Amino acid sequence: MKKTLTCIECPLGCEIEVTMNGDEIVSIVGNGCLRGKAYAENEVTCPKRVVTSTVRAENGALVPVKTDAPVKKSEMFEIMQKINAVKVKLPVKIGDILLENISDGANLIATGNEE
Amino acid sequence: MKKNYDIVIIGGGPAGLAAAVAAYDNGVKDILILEREERLGGILNQCIHNGFGLTRFKESLSGPEYAARFIDEVQKRQIEVCTQTTVLALSKEKQVTVINSAQGVFTVQAKSVVLAMGCRERSRGALNVAGSRPAGIYSAGTAQKYVNIKGYLPGKRVVILGSGDIGLIMARRMTLEGAKVLAVCEIMPYSSGLKRNIAQCLDDFGIPLYLSHTITKIEGEKRVTGVVVSKVDENKRPIAGTEMHFDCDTVLFSVGLIPENELTKMAGIELSPKTRGAVVYQNRETDTDGVFACGNVLQVHDLVDFVSEEAEIAGKAAAQYVLNGAKVREEISVNTGNNISYVLPQKIDRNAGGQVKLFFRVTNTFKNCTITATSGGEVIAKRKKRIAVPGEMETLLLTEKTLAGINDEIVVSLEVDE
Ligand SMILES: Cc1cc2nc3c(=O)[nH]c(=O)nc-3n(C[C@H](O)[C@H](O)[C@H](O)COP(=O)(O)OP(=O)(O)OC[C@H]3O[C@@H](n4cnc5c(N)ncnc54)[C@H](O)[C@@H]3O)c2cc1C
Ligand code: SF4
Repeated sequence: MKKTLTCIECPLGCEIEVTMNGDEIVSIVGNGCLRGKAYAENEVTCPKRVVTSTVRAENGALVPVKTDAPVKKSEMFEIMQKINAVKVKLPVKIGDILLENISDGANLIATGNEE
Repeated sequence: MKKNYDIVIIGGGPAGLAAAVAAYDNGVKDILILEREERLGGILNQCIHNGFGLTRFKESLSGPEYAARFIDEVQKRQIEVCTQTTVLALSKEKQVTVINSAQGVFTVQAKSVVLAMGCRERSRGALNVAGSRPAGIYSAGTAQKYVNIKGYLPGKRVVILGSGDIGLIMARRMTLEGAKVLAVCEIMPYSSGLKRNIAQCLDDFGIPLYLSHTITKIEGEKRVTGVVVSKVDENKRPIAGTEMHFDCDTVLFSVGLIPENELTKMAGIELSPKTRGAVVYQNRETDTDGVFACGNVLQVHDLVDFVSEEAEIAGKAAAQYVLNGAKVREEISVNTGNNISYVLPQKIDRNAGGQVKLFFRVTNTFKNCTITATSGGEVIAKRKKRIAVPGEMETLLLTEKTLAGINDEIVVSLEVDE
């Protein structure tokens, strides 16, 4: 079976064709670089994404956040619920962990500075 | 704020910040950055998604993270910044008139000016959709500001008109925040957004993209209650009988960006009808000596990495202008040939030396094609492409050696391979 994917790792967006035999990957073609190969391997087994969003600070301002590693695509909405329940104390600096282990070892971290 | 500065930079987005750092590092320290918003960073502050900086930093940053790297560099150099300060006017003599609540209206004199005002979204007026004007219609960028800066979701059931990147990003963002995005309609037969955004913002969530479709009617008195979407023919005219109806409370439009050049016009600087930005030399100097332009005010960029690169060229050149004065130029013009919508820079000064990277866009989607730069009937640079689309900026490099041998106009064109 063949699956066609668009690599999301960089703006080139290579179209990658993965040939599968059951659960086994037979070949990967079309990737412009090795990152694309890794992306395709993940994508046909367990697709993952970095989730970005915002959380409220105690003064009402929004602090931008992201998961510091890709998380399961199938769990994005549960992860969003966890993100929306987070309240942070200021000040916050880029890289501060706001929620540890939000999913499979990935943390929720701040991506903006707020005084 | 003083009355005189070597370099005044208008706009504190990624372009203004990178220009300031480059000017400083090239020997001019008397710099002022003017920004009308409360904080530096420009539009990046509301772009909380990731994917910025892959070219420059080899990592995937969010907009605010990318901006912070440059804000840090500006702060390290103690470059003077005035936020909440709007530039009202610019003259050819490089007088900059500004207003802020602390000091009122006043004028600063610059030796050199860098224009870095960014762009704004095309307004709904340009859309020409039938129906009354109910609430619930927003530009994608306005919706982005509501959701990401103010923390409020502008609607629950959404149809998006236009498949530019901001619209695609907002389709995902609103979906994650609990809205239902019913459709993205694009009047052209191709999307102007990046392929990866179609994959990760639409396909990931099963949001349909209707190419060659547009909204032909918006329903609702006080608030939007639905839209009619129709297929269009080659001339972008709706085809009768193809109407689809969607119940929705919100319409977002993402129909393109326009460089914000009111100040440029005021100073009498020549603008290009193709880019809607200033006409520039390769050092991003306009037809007015000592006035430079970079970032989205010059040409609408897809990737902020290229904005920073362009701003560094402009910032360095502004410093050189302050230190060395105006140049004696030997000018070659750069023009568009077949299937190219614009090329930048529009003029190359041969005396400047060094290589020149041409930036341009193609007019349509082309498969298996060759892009060439020719001069005096000879090909001076070329690149084969498997696919070229208007949504992605293309580049061609002209080496110093190539440029040394050129005397005639340079033309960039695209031909489909036999
Ligand atoms: C709504 C929107 C969303 C975008 N989303 C993305 C995205 O997701 N990914 C991406 O790569 N690119 C995105 N872009 C493109 C993005 O704008 C560029 O990548 C980059 O931010 C351009 O940098 P800039 O400094 O040229 O402009 P901007 O970031 O727009 O900065 C210009 C600055 O100048 C200031 N300014 C303007 N006029 C004046 C004045 N008269 N006086 C004082 N200050 C002034 C503005 O307040 C602003 O801070 C988006 C653009 C828009 C409009
Ligand atoms: S395969 Fe490599 S070059 Fe192609 S889109 Fe993915 S990361 Fe970019």
